[in-house]
Amino acid sequence: MKTMYIAFAAIAVIAVGSNLILGQAGFSSQERAAGPAVRLDN
Amino acid sequence: MLRALIAVMLTLSFFSLAHAQEASAPAPDRSATGGAQTLEDIMARQRGEPVDNAFRSGVTGNPDAGANLDAQLGTLGGASAPDQWRALRFGSADITASNNGPAATVLVQDGGMKWLQFREGPLSIYGGYLLLGTLVLLALFLLLRGRIRIDGEKTGRKVVRFKSIERFGHWLLAGSFILLGITGLVTLFGRKVLIPAFGHETFAFLAVGSKWIHNNVSWAFMLGLIMIFVMWVIHNLPDRTDINWILKGGGIFTKSHPPAKKFNAGQKLIFWSVIVLGGSISVSGLALLFPFEINMFAPTFAKLNSFGISGALGLGELRTTLAPHEEMQYAQLWHAIVSFVLMAIILAHIYIGTVGMEGAADAMTSGEVEEQWAREHHSIWAEEELAKAKQAPESATPAE
Repeated sequence: MKTMYIAFAAIAVIAVGSNLILGQAGFSSQERAAGPAVRLDN
Repeated sequence: MLRALIAVMLTLSFFSLAHAQEASAPAPDRSATGGAQTLEDIMARQRGEPVDNAFRSGVTGNPDAGANLDAQLGTLGGASAPDQWRALRFGSADITASNNGPAATVLVQDGGMKWLQFREGPLSIYGGYLLLGTLVLLALFLLLRGRIRIDGEKTGRKVVRFKSIERFGHWLLAGSFILLGITGLVTLFGRKVLIPAFGHETFAFLAVGSKWIHNNVSWAFMLGLIMIFVMWVIHNLPDRTDINWILKGGGIFTKSHPPAKKFNAGQKLIFWSVIVLGGSISVSGLALLFPFEINMFAPTFAKLNSFGISGALGLGELRTTLAPHEEMQYAQLWHAIVSFVLMAIILAHIYIGTVGMEGAADAMTSGEVEEQWAREHHSIWAEEELAKAKQAPESATPAE
Protein backbone atom coordinates (compact mmCIF):
# COMPACT_ATOMS: atom_id res chain seq x y z
CA MET A 1 0.00 0.00 0.00
CA LYS A 2 2.92 2.33 0.73
CA THR A 3 3.94 2.36 -2.94
CA MET A 4 0.41 3.33 -3.93
CA TYR A 5 0.44 6.34 -1.60
CA ILE A 6 3.90 7.35 -2.84
CA ALA A 7 2.59 7.23 -6.42
CA PHE A 8 -0.40 9.38 -5.46
CA ALA A 9 1.94 11.87 -3.80
CA ALA A 10 4.07 11.84 -6.97
CA ILE A 11 0.98 12.78 -9.01
CA ALA A 12 0.49 15.85 -6.80
CA VAL A 13 4.18 16.81 -7.03
CA ILE A 14 4.22 16.38 -10.83
CA ALA A 15 1.04 18.45 -11.16
CA VAL A 16 2.37 21.35 -9.07
CA GLY A 17 5.75 21.13 -10.80
CA SER A 18 4.31 21.10 -14.31
CA ASN A 19 2.11 24.07 -13.43
CA LEU A 20 5.21 26.04 -12.42
CA ILE A 21 7.26 24.95 -15.44
CA LEU A 22 4.53 25.37 -18.06
CA GLY A 23 3.83 28.89 -16.84
CA GLN A 24 7.37 29.83 -17.81
CA ALA A 25 7.67 27.71 -20.96
CA GLY A 26 6.48 30.50 -23.24
CA PHE A 27 3.31 28.80 -24.40
CA SER A 28 0.71 30.93 -22.62
CA SER A 29 -1.94 32.45 -24.90
CA GLN A 30 -0.58 35.87 -23.97
CA GLU A 31 2.93 35.01 -25.13
CA ARG A 32 1.85 33.11 -28.24
CA ALA A 33 -0.85 35.44 -29.47
CA ALA A 34 -0.36 39.02 -28.27
CA GLY A 35 1.78 41.36 -30.36
CA PRO A 36 4.41 43.70 -28.90
CA ALA A 37 1.91 46.57 -28.89
CA VAL A 38 -0.36 44.70 -26.47
CA ARG A 39 0.15 45.28 -22.74
CA LEU A 40 -1.97 42.74 -20.94
CA ASP A 41 -0.10 42.96 -17.65
CA ASN A 42 -0.39 46.72 -17.22
CA MET B 1 -35.11 -16.92 -46.34
CA LEU B 2 -35.71 -16.24 -50.04
CA ARG B 3 -38.33 -13.64 -49.17
CA ALA B 4 -35.85 -11.91 -46.84
CA LEU B 5 -33.25 -11.90 -49.60
CA ILE B 6 -35.72 -10.37 -52.08
CA ALA B 7 -36.63 -7.72 -49.51
CA VAL B 8 -32.94 -6.85 -49.04
CA MET B 9 -32.41 -6.67 -52.81
CA LEU B 10 -35.45 -4.41 -53.22
CA THR B 11 -34.28 -2.15 -50.44
CA LEU B 12 -30.82 -1.91 -51.95
CA SER B 13 -32.19 -1.15 -55.41
CA PHE B 14 -34.44 1.53 -53.89
CA PHE B 15 -31.45 3.15 -52.24
CA SER B 16 -29.38 3.03 -55.42
CA LEU B 17 -32.29 4.59 -57.33
CA ALA B 18 -32.67 7.32 -54.74
CA HIS B 19 -28.94 7.93 -54.87
CA ALA B 20 -29.01 8.13 -58.69
CA GLN B 21 -31.86 10.63 -58.55
CA GLU B 22 -29.99 12.69 -56.01
CA ALA B 23 -26.83 12.67 -58.10
CA SER B 24 -28.65 13.74 -61.26
CA ALA B 25 -30.81 16.41 -59.55
CA PRO B 26 -30.69 19.61 -61.61
CA ALA B 27 -29.10 22.71 -60.12
CA PRO B 28 -31.72 24.88 -58.37
CA ASP B 29 -33.07 27.76 -60.39
CA ARG B 30 -31.78 30.95 -58.78
CA SER B 31 -32.70 33.34 -61.60
CA ALA B 32 -35.31 35.04 -59.42
CA THR B 33 -32.63 36.16 -56.97
CA GLY B 34 -30.03 36.97 -59.59
CA GLY B 35 -27.91 33.98 -58.55
CA ALA B 36 -28.07 34.69 -54.82
CA GLN B 37 -29.45 32.10 -52.45
CA THR B 38 -33.16 31.43 -52.62
CA LEU B 39 -35.76 30.77 -49.96
CA GLU B 40 -35.46 27.06 -50.83
CA ASP B 41 -31.69 27.19 -50.09
CA ILE B 42 -32.36 28.76 -46.69
CA MET B 43 -35.16 26.28 -45.90
CA ALA B 44 -32.98 23.33 -46.91
CA ARG B 45 -30.24 24.55 -44.58
CA GLN B 46 -32.72 24.97 -41.75
CA ARG B 47 -33.95 21.41 -42.33
CA GLY B 48 -30.36 20.31 -41.82
CA GLU B 49 -29.93 19.13 -45.41
CA PRO B 50 -26.51 19.48 -47.05
CA VAL B 51 -26.29 22.69 -49.10
CA ASP B 52 -23.60 23.17 -51.70
CA ASN B 53 -22.31 26.67 -51.01
CA ALA B 54 -20.06 26.74 -54.08
CA PHE B 55 -22.46 29.12 -55.87
CA ARG B 56 -21.81 31.85 -53.32
CA SER B 57 -18.56 31.07 -51.51
CA GLY B 58 -16.54 32.40 -54.44
CA VAL B 59 -18.71 35.49 -55.02
CA THR B 60 -16.57 37.86 -52.99
CA GLY B 61 -16.29 40.75 -55.44
CA ASN B 62 -13.82 41.53 -58.16
CA PRO B 63 -11.61 44.55 -57.39
CA ASP B 64 -10.22 44.50 -60.95
CA ALA B 65 -13.65 45.04 -62.43
CA GLY B 66 -14.80 47.53 -59.81
CA ALA B 67 -14.48 51.29 -59.72
CA ASN B 68 -11.24 52.64 -58.30
CA LEU B 69 -11.18 53.50 -54.64
CA ASP B 70 -11.07 57.22 -55.51
CA ALA B 71 -13.93 56.97 -58.03
CA GLN B 72 -17.61 57.35 -57.30
CA LEU B 73 -19.09 54.19 -55.73
CA GLY B 74 -15.56 52.87 -55.55
CA THR B 75 -15.14 52.98 -51.79
CA LEU B 76 -15.12 49.22 -51.40
CA GLY B 77 -12.80 48.58 -54.33
CA GLY B 78 -15.12 46.44 -56.40
CA ALA B 79 -16.52 44.39 -53.55
CA SER B 80 -19.98 45.09 -52.19
CA ALA B 81 -20.76 44.75 -48.50
CA PRO B 82 -22.44 41.34 -49.12
CA ASP B 83 -19.34 40.31 -51.11
CA GLN B 84 -17.16 41.20 -48.13
CA TRP B 85 -19.41 39.36 -45.69
CA ARG B 86 -19.25 36.28 -47.91
CA ALA B 87 -15.45 36.51 -47.90
CA LEU B 88 -15.52 36.64 -44.09
CA ARG B 89 -18.07 33.85 -43.92
CA PHE B 90 -16.09 31.50 -46.17
CA GLY B 91 -12.66 32.40 -44.82
CA SER B 92 -11.21 34.05 -47.94
CA ALA B 93 -11.11 37.67 -46.68
CA ASP B 94 -7.71 39.31 -46.37
CA ILE B 95 -7.59 40.09 -42.66
CA THR B 96 -4.87 41.73 -40.64
CA ALA B 97 -4.99 41.39 -36.85
CA SER B 98 -2.72 42.69 -34.12
CA ASN B 99 -3.20 39.33 -32.38
CA ASN B 100 -0.52 36.93 -33.62
CA GLY B 101 -2.43 33.74 -32.89
CA PRO B 102 -3.12 31.48 -35.87
CA ALA B 103 -6.85 31.67 -35.26
CA ALA B 104 -6.98 35.49 -35.13
CA THR B 105 -7.67 35.99 -38.83
CA VAL B 106 -10.59 33.55 -38.97
CA LEU B 107 -13.60 35.64 -38.01
CA VAL B 108 -16.43 33.27 -38.92
CA GLN B 109 -15.91 29.54 -38.39
CA ASP B 110 -19.06 27.59 -39.15
CA GLY B 111 -17.47 24.20 -38.38
CA GLY B 112 -17.73 25.28 -34.73
CA MET B 113 -21.50 24.79 -34.76
CA LYS B 114 -21.20 21.16 -35.85
CA TRP B 115 -18.61 20.62 -33.14
CA LEU B 116 -20.80 22.23 -30.46
CA GLN B 117 -23.84 20.17 -31.48
CA PHE B 118 -21.91 16.91 -31.65
CA ARG B 119 -20.25 17.59 -28.30
CA GLU B 120 -23.54 18.40 -26.57
CA GLY B 121 -25.47 15.69 -28.42
CA PRO B 122 -24.14 12.30 -29.54
CA LEU B 123 -20.80 12.57 -27.72
CA SER B 124 -22.32 13.26 -24.30
CA ILE B 125 -25.33 10.97 -24.77
CA TYR B 126 -23.60 7.89 -26.18
CA GLY B 127 -20.52 8.43 -24.01
CA GLY B 128 -22.71 8.59 -20.90
CA TYR B 129 -24.66 5.50 -21.96
CA LEU B 130 -21.41 3.65 -22.61
CA LEU B 131 -20.18 4.24 -19.05
CA LEU B 132 -23.55 3.56 -17.41
CA GLY B 133 -24.07 0.47 -19.61
CA THR B 134 -20.66 -0.86 -18.62
CA LEU B 135 -21.51 -0.42 -14.91
CA VAL B 136 -24.85 -2.21 -15.39
CA LEU B 137 -23.19 -5.09 -17.27
CA LEU B 138 -20.56 -5.46 -14.53
CA ALA B 139 -23.26 -5.47 -11.84
CA LEU B 140 -25.18 -8.13 -13.81
CA PHE B 141 -22.00 -10.16 -14.22
CA LEU B 142 -21.39 -10.02 -10.48
CA LEU B 143 -24.97 -11.13 -9.83
CA LEU B 144 -24.88 -14.00 -12.33
CA ARG B 145 -21.30 -15.24 -12.01
CA GLY B 146 -20.51 -14.06 -8.52
CA ARG B 147 -17.05 -13.34 -7.23
CA ILE B 148 -14.30 -15.49 -8.73
CA ARG B 149 -12.95 -17.25 -5.66
CA ILE B 150 -9.68 -19.07 -5.09
CA ASP B 151 -10.81 -22.65 -5.77
CA GLY B 152 -8.08 -24.64 -4.02
CA GLU B 153 -6.87 -24.69 -0.43
CA LYS B 154 -4.97 -21.51 0.46
CA THR B 155 -1.33 -22.21 1.28
CA GLY B 156 -0.59 -19.12 3.36
CA ARG B 157 2.58 -18.69 1.32
CA LYS B 158 3.09 -15.59 -0.82
CA VAL B 159 4.63 -15.09 -4.25
CA VAL B 160 5.99 -11.68 -5.29
CA ARG B 161 3.90 -10.61 -8.28
CA PHE B 162 4.84 -6.96 -8.82
CA LYS B 163 7.95 -5.16 -7.63
CA SER B 164 7.70 -1.76 -5.99
CA ILE B 165 8.63 0.15 -9.15
CA GLU B 166 5.98 -1.73 -11.16
CA ARG B 167 3.31 -0.87 -8.60
CA PHE B 168 4.50 2.75 -8.55
CA GLY B 169 4.11 2.99 -12.34
CA HIS B 170 0.70 1.34 -12.20
CA TRP B 171 -0.63 3.66 -9.50
CA LEU B 172 0.88 6.75 -11.14
CA LEU B 173 -1.09 5.82 -14.27
CA ALA B 174 -4.20 4.65 -12.43
CA GLY B 175 -4.43 7.58 -9.99
CA SER B 176 -3.88 10.15 -12.70
CA PHE B 177 -6.35 8.42 -15.05
CA ILE B 178 -9.12 8.50 -12.45
CA LEU B 179 -8.47 12.21 -11.76
CA LEU B 180 -8.36 12.95 -15.50
CA GLY B 181 -11.51 10.92 -16.11
CA ILE B 182 -13.53 12.69 -13.42
CA THR B 183 -12.31 16.20 -14.34
CA GLY B 184 -12.84 15.44 -18.04
CA LEU B 185 -16.43 14.39 -17.37
CA VAL B 186 -16.97 17.53 -15.24
CA THR B 187 -15.77 19.63 -18.19
CA LEU B 188 -17.89 17.78 -20.77
CA PHE B 189 -21.11 17.68 -18.78
CA GLY B 190 -20.81 21.17 -17.26
CA ARG B 191 -23.32 23.10 -19.33
CA LYS B 192 -25.78 20.28 -19.88
CA VAL B 193 -25.86 18.66 -16.44
CA LEU B 194 -23.85 20.38 -13.72
CA ILE B 195 -24.96 24.00 -14.24
CA PRO B 196 -28.69 23.09 -14.26
CA ALA B 197 -28.12 20.88 -11.19
CA PHE B 198 -25.78 22.98 -9.05
CA GLY B 199 -25.85 26.48 -10.54
CA HIS B 200 -23.23 28.69 -12.13
CA GLU B 201 -21.32 29.59 -8.96
CA THR B 202 -20.64 26.00 -7.96
CA PHE B 203 -19.80 24.95 -11.48
CA ALA B 204 -17.40 27.89 -11.93
CA PHE B 205 -15.44 26.63 -8.92
CA LEU B 206 -15.55 23.05 -10.20
CA ALA B 207 -14.58 24.07 -13.73
CA VAL B 208 -11.53 26.09 -12.67
CA GLY B 209 -10.34 23.27 -10.42
CA SER B 210 -11.02 20.63 -13.07
CA LYS B 211 -9.07 22.55 -15.69
CA TRP B 212 -6.08 22.95 -13.37
CA ILE B 213 -6.09 19.26 -12.43
CA HIS B 214 -6.72 18.04 -15.99
CA ASN B 215 -3.94 20.13 -17.54
CA ASN B 216 -1.30 19.42 -14.90
CA VAL B 217 -2.03 15.82 -13.88
CA SER B 218 -1.83 14.85 -17.57
CA TRP B 219 1.98 14.75 -17.25
CA ALA B 220 1.82 12.11 -14.52
CA PHE B 221 -0.44 10.05 -16.80
CA MET B 222 2.01 10.29 -19.69
CA LEU B 223 4.95 9.40 -17.43
CA GLY B 224 3.03 6.43 -16.01
CA LEU B 225 2.14 5.29 -19.53
CA ILE B 226 5.79 5.30 -20.58
CA MET B 227 6.84 3.46 -17.40
CA ILE B 228 4.19 0.76 -17.84
CA PHE B 229 5.07 0.29 -21.49
CA VAL B 230 8.80 -0.09 -20.81
CA MET B 231 8.34 -2.44 -17.84
CA TRP B 232 5.60 -4.70 -19.20
CA VAL B 233 5.77 -4.74 -23.00
CA ILE B 234 7.98 -7.86 -22.97
CA HIS B 235 5.36 -9.76 -20.94
CA ASN B 236 2.51 -8.62 -23.18
CA LEU B 237 3.68 -9.86 -26.55
CA PRO B 238 1.14 -12.33 -27.93
CA ASP B 239 2.06 -16.03 -27.80
CA ARG B 240 0.50 -19.48 -28.19
CA THR B 241 -0.92 -19.65 -24.66
CA ASP B 242 -3.18 -16.70 -25.54
CA ILE B 243 -5.05 -18.68 -28.23
CA ASN B 244 -5.95 -21.42 -25.77
CA TRP B 245 -6.86 -18.84 -23.12
CA ILE B 246 -9.18 -16.96 -25.50
CA LEU B 247 -10.77 -20.19 -26.82
CA LYS B 248 -11.65 -21.10 -23.24
CA GLY B 249 -12.93 -17.56 -22.57
CA GLY B 250 -10.36 -17.22 -19.82
CA GLY B 251 -12.29 -19.87 -17.90
CA ILE B 252 -14.62 -17.13 -16.67
CA PHE B 253 -17.82 -19.00 -17.54
CA THR B 254 -16.58 -22.58 -17.33
CA LYS B 255 -14.92 -22.02 -13.95
CA SER B 256 -11.73 -23.55 -15.30
CA HIS B 257 -8.22 -22.08 -15.29
CA PRO B 258 -6.49 -22.09 -18.68
CA PRO B 259 -2.68 -21.86 -18.27
CA ALA B 260 -1.20 -18.36 -18.43
CA LYS B 261 2.17 -16.67 -18.07
CA LYS B 262 2.69 -13.42 -16.12
CA PHE B 263 -0.19 -11.84 -18.05
CA ASN B 264 -3.10 -13.75 -19.58
CA ALA B 265 -4.68 -12.82 -22.92
CA GLY B 266 -7.34 -10.69 -21.18
CA GLN B 267 -4.69 -8.68 -19.35
CA LYS B 268 -2.74 -8.31 -22.59
CA LEU B 269 -5.84 -6.84 -24.22
CA ILE B 270 -6.12 -4.37 -21.33
CA PHE B 271 -2.41 -3.53 -21.63
CA TRP B 272 -2.56 -2.83 -25.37
CA SER B 273 -5.81 -0.89 -24.99
CA VAL B 274 -4.15 1.31 -22.38
CA ILE B 275 -1.02 1.79 -24.50
CA VAL B 276 -2.77 2.45 -27.83
CA LEU B 277 -5.79 4.39 -26.58
CA GLY B 278 -3.81 6.10 -23.78
CA GLY B 279 -1.14 7.06 -26.33
CA SER B 280 -3.76 8.50 -28.65
CA ILE B 281 -5.39 10.39 -25.78
CA SER B 282 -1.95 11.76 -24.83
CA VAL B 283 -1.21 13.03 -28.35
CA SER B 284 -4.62 14.67 -28.80
CA GLY B 285 -4.29 16.00 -25.25
CA LEU B 286 -0.94 17.59 -26.07
CA ALA B 287 -2.55 19.20 -29.13
CA LEU B 288 -5.15 20.70 -26.78
CA LEU B 289 -2.59 21.72 -24.13
CA PHE B 290 -0.63 23.70 -26.71
CA PRO B 291 -3.41 25.17 -28.87
CA PHE B 292 -2.71 25.45 -32.61
CA GLU B 293 0.88 24.13 -32.22
CA ILE B 294 0.19 20.48 -33.12
CA ASN B 295 -2.15 20.00 -36.07
CA MET B 296 -2.84 16.31 -36.59
CA PHE B 297 -6.13 16.07 -38.39
CA ALA B 298 -5.50 17.68 -41.80
CA PRO B 299 -2.48 15.37 -42.44
CA THR B 300 -4.43 12.36 -41.09
CA PHE B 301 -7.41 13.13 -43.32
CA ALA B 302 -5.06 13.47 -46.32
CA LYS B 303 -3.61 10.02 -45.58
CA LEU B 304 -7.09 8.50 -45.13
CA ASN B 305 -8.04 9.97 -48.51
CA SER B 306 -4.92 8.79 -50.32
CA PHE B 307 -5.17 5.24 -48.96
CA GLY B 308 -8.85 5.10 -49.89
CA ILE B 309 -9.87 4.41 -46.28
CA SER B 310 -12.31 7.34 -46.06
CA GLY B 311 -13.98 6.20 -49.28
CA ALA B 312 -14.24 2.61 -48.05
CA LEU B 313 -15.86 3.84 -44.83
CA GLY B 314 -18.41 5.83 -46.84
CA LEU B 315 -17.08 9.17 -45.59
CA GLY B 316 -16.21 10.43 -49.08
CA GLU B 317 -13.31 12.79 -49.61
CA LEU B 318 -12.35 14.29 -46.24
CA ARG B 319 -11.40 17.98 -46.14
CA THR B 320 -7.68 18.53 -45.88
CA THR B 321 -7.83 22.29 -45.37
CA LEU B 322 -9.05 22.91 -41.85
CA ALA B 323 -9.41 26.18 -39.97
CA PRO B 324 -7.08 26.31 -36.92
CA HIS B 325 -10.15 26.03 -34.69
CA GLU B 326 -11.29 22.92 -36.51
CA GLU B 327 -8.02 21.16 -35.73
CA MET B 328 -8.71 21.87 -32.05
CA GLN B 329 -12.35 20.80 -32.33
CA TYR B 330 -11.46 17.49 -33.94
CA ALA B 331 -8.71 16.99 -31.32
CA GLN B 332 -11.25 17.59 -28.56
CA LEU B 333 -13.79 15.16 -30.02
CA TRP B 334 -11.18 12.46 -30.64
CA HIS B 335 -9.74 13.01 -27.14
CA ALA B 336 -13.20 12.53 -25.60
CA ILE B 337 -14.34 9.59 -27.78
CA VAL B 338 -11.17 7.58 -27.16
CA SER B 339 -11.29 8.49 -23.45
CA PHE B 340 -14.85 7.19 -23.13
CA VAL B 341 -13.80 3.86 -24.67
CA LEU B 342 -10.77 3.61 -22.38
CA MET B 343 -12.85 4.56 -19.31
CA ALA B 344 -15.29 1.73 -20.09
CA ILE B 345 -12.41 -0.74 -20.45
CA ILE B 346 -10.82 0.48 -17.23
CA LEU B 347 -14.11 0.13 -15.31
CA ALA B 348 -14.03 -3.57 -16.23
CA HIS B 349 -10.35 -3.72 -15.22
CA ILE B 350 -11.07 -2.12 -11.83
CA TYR B 351 -13.98 -4.53 -11.32
CA ILE B 352 -11.96 -7.70 -11.98
CA GLY B 353 -9.03 -6.41 -9.92
CA THR B 354 -11.17 -5.70 -6.83
CA VAL B 355 -14.67 -7.07 -6.18
CA GLY B 356 -14.66 -9.41 -9.19
CA MET B 357 -11.82 -11.71 -8.12
CA GLU B 358 -10.62 -12.87 -4.73
CA GLY B 359 -6.91 -12.30 -4.20
CA ALA B 360 -6.35 -10.12 -7.30
CA ALA B 361 -6.01 -6.77 -5.52
CA ASP B 362 -3.06 -8.03 -3.44
CA ALA B 363 -0.94 -8.00 -6.60
CA MET B 364 -1.12 -4.22 -6.74
CA THR B 365 -1.41 -3.32 -3.05
CA SER B 366 1.19 -5.42 -1.22
CA GLY B 367 2.70 -6.80 -4.43
CA GLU B 368 2.49 -10.35 -3.07
CA VAL B 369 -0.21 -12.85 -4.00
CA GLU B 370 -1.39 -16.10 -2.44
CA GLU B 371 0.54 -19.02 -3.97
CA GLN B 372 -2.69 -20.88 -4.74
CA TRP B 373 -4.09 -17.83 -6.57
CA ALA B 374 -0.91 -17.66 -8.66
CA ARG B 375 -1.13 -21.40 -9.48
CA GLU B 376 -4.76 -21.05 -10.57
CA HIS B 377 -4.63 -17.84 -12.59
CA HIS B 378 -1.06 -17.72 -13.88
CA SER B 379 0.08 -21.33 -13.70
CA ILE B 380 3.07 -21.09 -16.06
CA TRP B 381 4.36 -17.92 -14.38
CA ALA B 382 3.77 -19.39 -10.91
CA GLU B 383 5.76 -22.54 -11.75
CA GLU B 384 8.65 -20.40 -13.01
CA GLU B 385 8.62 -18.16 -9.93
CA LEU B 386 8.45 -21.10 -7.52
CA ALA B 387 11.27 -22.90 -9.36
CA LYS B 388 13.35 -19.70 -9.16
CA ALA B 389 12.66 -19.43 -5.43
CA LYS B 390 13.74 -23.05 -4.92
CA GLN B 391 16.97 -22.52 -6.84
CA ALA B 392 17.78 -19.22 -5.20
CA PRO B 393 19.21 -20.59 -1.91
CA GLU B 394 21.39 -23.08 -3.82
CA SER B 395 22.85 -20.48 -6.15
CA ALA B 396 23.32 -18.14 -3.20
CA THR B 397 25.71 -20.68 -1.63
CA PRO B 398 29.27 -19.50 -2.30
CA ALA B 399 31.27 -21.77 -4.59
CA GLU B 400 34.02 -23.70 -2.81
